[in-house]
Amino acid sequence: MSPSSIKTTCPYCGVGCGIEATLVDPEKHIVSIKGDAQHPANFGRLCSKGATLGDTVSLENRLLQPEINGRTTDWESALAHVAERFAAIIAEHGPDAVGFYVSGQLLTEDYYVANKMMKGFIGSANIDTNSRLCMSSAVVGYKRAFGADAVPCSYEDLEQAELIVLVGSNAAWCHPVAFQRIRRAKESNPGLKIVVIDPRATSTCDIADLHLSIKPGMDALLFNGLLAYLAETGSLDRDFIDRHCQDFVPALAAAQDSAVVFDELAAACGLPAHDLAQLFAWFAKLKKVVTVYSQGINQSSSGSDKCNAIINCHLASGKIGKPGCGPFSLTGQPNAMGGREVGGLANTLAAHMDLENPLHVDRVGRFWGSDRVANRQGLKAVELFDAIADGRIKAVWIMATNPVVSMPNADKIKRTLQQCELVVVSDCIANTDTMAFAHVKLPATGWSEKDGTVTNLERRISRQRPLFAPSGQSRPDWWIVCQIAQRMGFTGFDYQSSAEIFREHAALSGFENDSEHGIRDFDISAFADINQPQFDALPPIQWPVTAKAMHGTARLFSDGRFYTEQGRACFIPISPRVPFHATDADYPFTLNTGRLRDQWHTMTRTALAAKLNSHKPEPTVEIHPEDALRTGLKHAGMALITSRWGSMLARVDITVSQQSGSLFVPMHWTEQFSSRGRVGALVNPVVDPLSGQPESKQTPVRIEAWQPRWQALLLSRQALRIGGVEYQIKVKGDGYWRYHLAGQTEIDELRSWSKTLLANELQEPSESLEFSDIEIGDYRMASIEAGRLSACVFVTAQGGLPEPGWLCSLFAKPELTRRERLSLLGGLPPQGEQDVGRTVCSCFNVGEKTILQAIAKHKLDNVAGIGECLSAGTGCGSCLPELKTLLADAGKVAVIGH
Amino acid sequence: MNKQKLIVIGNGMAGMRTVDELLQLAPNRYEITVFGAEPHGNYNRIMLTPLLFGAKSVDDIMIHDFAWYRRNRITLYCGTDKAVVAVDRANRRVIAKDGTSAEYDKLVIATGSLPLMLDIPGRETEGVMGFRDIADVQTMIEKSQTKQHAVVLGGGLLGLEAANGLMQRGMQVTVVNRAGHLLNRQLDKQAAGFLQRQLEDKGIEFRLGVTISEIISQDEHIGSVRLSDNSLLPADILVMATGIQPNIALGQAMGLACERGILVNDTLQTSDENIYSVGECVEHRGEIFGLVAPVYEQAKVCAQHLAGRASAAYRTLLSATMLKVTGIDLFSVGDFEGDSTCHRQVLIDHAQGVYRKIVLKDNVIAGMIMYGDTSGSAWYLNLVKNRTNVVAMRDRLIFNPVDLAA
Repeated sequence: MSPSSIKTTCPYCGVGCGIEATLVDPEKHIVSIKGDAQHPANFGRLCSKGATLGDTVSLENRLLQPEINGRTTDWESALAHVAERFAAIIAEHGPDAVGFYVSGQLLTEDYYVANKMMKGFIGSANIDTNSRLCMSSAVVGYKRAFGADAVPCSYEDLEQAELIVLVGSNAAWCHPVAFQRIRRAKESNPGLKIVVIDPRATSTCDIADLHLSIKPGMDALLFNGLLAYLAETGSLDRDFIDRHCQDFVPALAAAQDSAVVFDELAAACGLPAHDLAQLFAWFAKLKKVVTVYSQGINQSSSGSDKCNAIINCHLASGKIGKPGCGPFSLTGQPNAMGGREVGGLANTLAAHMDLENPLHVDRVGRFWGSDRVANRQGLKAVELFDAIADGRIKAVWIMATNPVVSMPNADKIKRTLQQCELVVVSDCIANTDTMAFAHVKLPATGWSEKDGTVTNLERRISRQRPLFAPSGQSRPDWWIVCQIAQRMGFTGFDYQSSAEIFREHAALSGFENDSEHGIRDFDISAFADINQPQFDALPPIQWPVTAKAMHGTARLFSDGRFYTEQGRACFIPISPRVPFHATDADYPFTLNTGRLRDQWHTMTRTALAAKLNSHKPEPTVEIHPEDALRTGLKHAGMALITSRWGSMLARVDITVSQQSGSLFVPMHWTEQFSSRGRVGALVNPVVDPLSGQPESKQTPVRIEAWQPRWQALLLSRQALRIGGVEYQIKVKGDGYWRYHLAGQTEIDELRSWSKTLLANELQEPSESLEFSDIEIGDYRMASIEAGRLSACVFVTAQGGLPEPGWLCSLFAKPELTRRERLSLLGGLPPQGEQDVGRTVCSCFNVGEKTILQAIAKHKLDNVAGIGECLSAGTGCGSCLPELKTLLADAGKVAVIGH
Repeated sequence: MNKQKLIVIGNGMAGMRTVDELLQLAPNRYEITVFGAEPHGNYNRIMLTPLLFGAKSVDDIMIHDFAWYRRNRITLYCGTDKAVVAVDRANRRVIAKDGTSAEYDKLVIATGSLPLMLDIPGRETEGVMGFRDIADVQTMIEKSQTKQHAVVLGGGLLGLEAANGLMQRGMQVTVVNRAGHLLNRQLDKQAAGFLQRQLEDKGIEFRLGVTISEIISQDEHIGSVRLSDNSLLPADILVMATGIQPNIALGQAMGLACERGILVNDTLQTSDENIYSVGECVEHRGEIFGLVAPVYEQAKVCAQHLAGRASAAYRTLLSATMLKVTGIDLFSVGDFEGDSTCHRQVLIDHAQGVYRKIVLKDNVIAGMIMYGDTSGSAWYLNLVKNRTNVVAMRDRLIFNPVDLAA
């Protein structure tokens, strides 16, 4: 490690990859990023998002000054204002009249003080988190089964397994580095079976021996069927059940009740019977099985039950607490786990203690020195915003999250914030859909400036270390919380550092955590006295970390002891439920939502990295070819998708990877980058009754072709202000901005309309190029400044628009050649110049056309060959499935060619 | 050997191209005699422009020198004295000014065209000329060495080439054009604007929308001109480039059927089946000619017929125009304005002065203008000639798709 290199942790998904950042120019925030070869989560690997972190640490769109009602102010005024307003509202309406909505993006220390302030001193449990939307069902599942929110597994279990069942998880895109570990495990052990259960054929299926394209929402039935099968085939681990579990009989009865005849079970799941039988046989026969599950399970009105249906099978076959075994929930966020540990959910207290347990409340009260500790559950995310809407909550403080985009029924969230008396938002980003409603804006430090810890999805605590000093007036979230808490008169918020908070958090985890008081799973008491240098040098470590386990704990439950009162794991009888809202004649499709490979959440940071925007520049709706035919949709055409809650516009992607009857739309687009691309507006707000997690994977919708009168592609060196366009997508490129526009309102005069669009960019009319074919409604214009392309727009009424690849590359040229100028508005390069096409490999910026040319030229027939020629696929590996598809397509062409 | 006798009146491009073609087809069929009114071999009239501005010499622009006539055993009578003054059709005899005469079995009349000299008061004044032959060019070069101000009347191809040539020779040139824009037979207003700007940058001045109402002489030599707006322009020479008219005086005198030109049928025969006519002096199906491509096509058909291959029939095809001014690229073909049933595509690079326009009628290119960059013009010309349906490539048609990748 060179002197200027700093080890830290990636701020995106729950994999928690270690990063080695080398400061190139700290003043200009220039840093080079690589994977930390020593970090046990990734051993040096990074995905496309992590690898481009260096492109996201600029000051572009950073919030750097506190603001009150749109006016910048100093910290003292902002802190005093928030403290006074919160205090006044609490004084008048009681502690439940305020709420915090926080985030799995916060560090553990930030999370800890926010939770302490709300539950310990304001005396309400109205603090909930965006993790509610992502893994709260998994929490319920673990707590019901194990008596504690304890993820039993480690990444090593993936490598030691004989069978990995991925359910409702597109790990290839959502947890890419964990997926790469599975891929390599499969490569080194071809005997390892991989089964993917997912309505969609995702990139994760690339390594699957078996893909079960399950009917949406039928997962609990499938696992009930598996439990019944294990019993029927004598595949139960009777000894484990008898010695370490309870309530097996009712659970089995419920399973047998719901899944009577195998063929009917397969039909109900929408699966070929022999495929389902294959999974069951493997699960029963193979000793080491990991079931990996994620949002496809959790985001459901019966998500908690689905989790327990999975866990039941692992308990029944004793496939837990052993190498290569376990029900493994992959959490989405970098510190969802840390949030769970500090109790930053409305239905937990702190350090894995419970609000409903008076002993816990008393204990925490004594520890914190407060007699006001909340003793009943607060409002979970959806309820919290409902309470704001009906006026029960009058002040909300949103930290590091973007509910106007990510919440279900998201248009309602807008209206709700609009009418809320006091909205405080602390964030590192200046312009977000949520920030638009903030009365008070508090500038928080960003990833590259933060100092603290996060916990990944295998319970591994890693340090996030600052690369730069805080920018502008930005401050750590823990500092902001503590300053306001102190101004509200609360004691115990005078921390000088995040290390001090971590110490207290560690001490609380070990506080009365013994056989006398009852043993809690979350225990990092070994760090209760950690000093600053030790904190700074803290290596990644899996909790529990105690005097007995100083080096952490890779796997839980090896001793068969669980955290329930009896020390036994609980079977939960499951009666499978279908999605709450069924499709019907008006809304005949099931809308599924999820992540893309190269974007994170609401794109506030990933969209700053041009490289990450080219893989999927527009929000698309994936639809099966037969459904497209029936609904009259054309590939790359536009669709209007409508649910009972809202509507959006998306580009149509016709693909057989989508099941008939289902649609898929990515969750990322916001109003910062799209006019009508927020899928959250459509998502039904139904939640799981236990976890409060919304059913974001199954909303009944209808889809119809949206026929614009015109469409346009606009590229500009400078960002443009474009108003009043019905469909508008904004994409940051490398040195340019790209806009996809479409409208149903006729444009009177194409030329003057285009000129108005480019008004910023168009210096002189003499510097412009134009093409018109007015009678068919085609108009194109380019603006050139000192020989360089500064903007171009292509408008068409009925024709096509160019592939932007080559046009985008022109922004990098110091001067356009004459031939380039003359080809420019044709959208195609002159002979001899390469059009690289759509980016496939983000790590090495390799385009589709380049890959296809290499395949043809060098007669390549495998991904290794592509890697040798172009390096594509040799970085994070996330594009390998796409490379295979390109090879297969190229092969087909060759066959036809013969 | 009993060869037939062929006489060609006119030693220009049309007549001699006919002879060339004929020599290819039937080298021994005729004993050929050529009468020419200029004292030269056959030269490329198109090259008068580079001759004027000094890029070529008289030798450079010769297609056939005198030796060539000797080699091909062609009798050439050339010079002003050898201008044909009469044809005795009854005796099939051609008579020149100096009395030289010859008999023919077949006769080809290729007397070309004359500059259209507008009837402006003072037009006979010394220093007023056309731009039609080597003698005109020699006069212009001579004048340019002592005189300063040139006025060119006519903003067509010939006028602009003359203007450019005179400017190259160091004169201050003003082009006077009755139409509001230049090359109005080849360009629309937009393209003409680019052209005008480019020529102005070279130093040529323009007075558009006016004409010359009077030529004012000084010491029996032109001194200035008065324009229709009553303003005066100094003029040491005036080049009339307001168009051409078929030279049909001989044809009329011979009693051949003439209208604007000597009437010919599809095999280029006049009303006398033994007498052919080709080039700018003819009128075919109501059309007269001023460009080289159709004239060469006429020569080809005429030669085939003379060679006894009767199957060929002449049809006028669209031909494209170019302007021979260094640094100016221009291509124009067909109907470049179009009517209400036409669609128009336009590409403009304002800064580079590049302009393209395609007029589409029923998905076929009816006409096109390229200005500032003519790459691909041959390809477009083929599309026009072949009436190719371009609907499938409409969105990239104007960008010279053969030069685009993929």
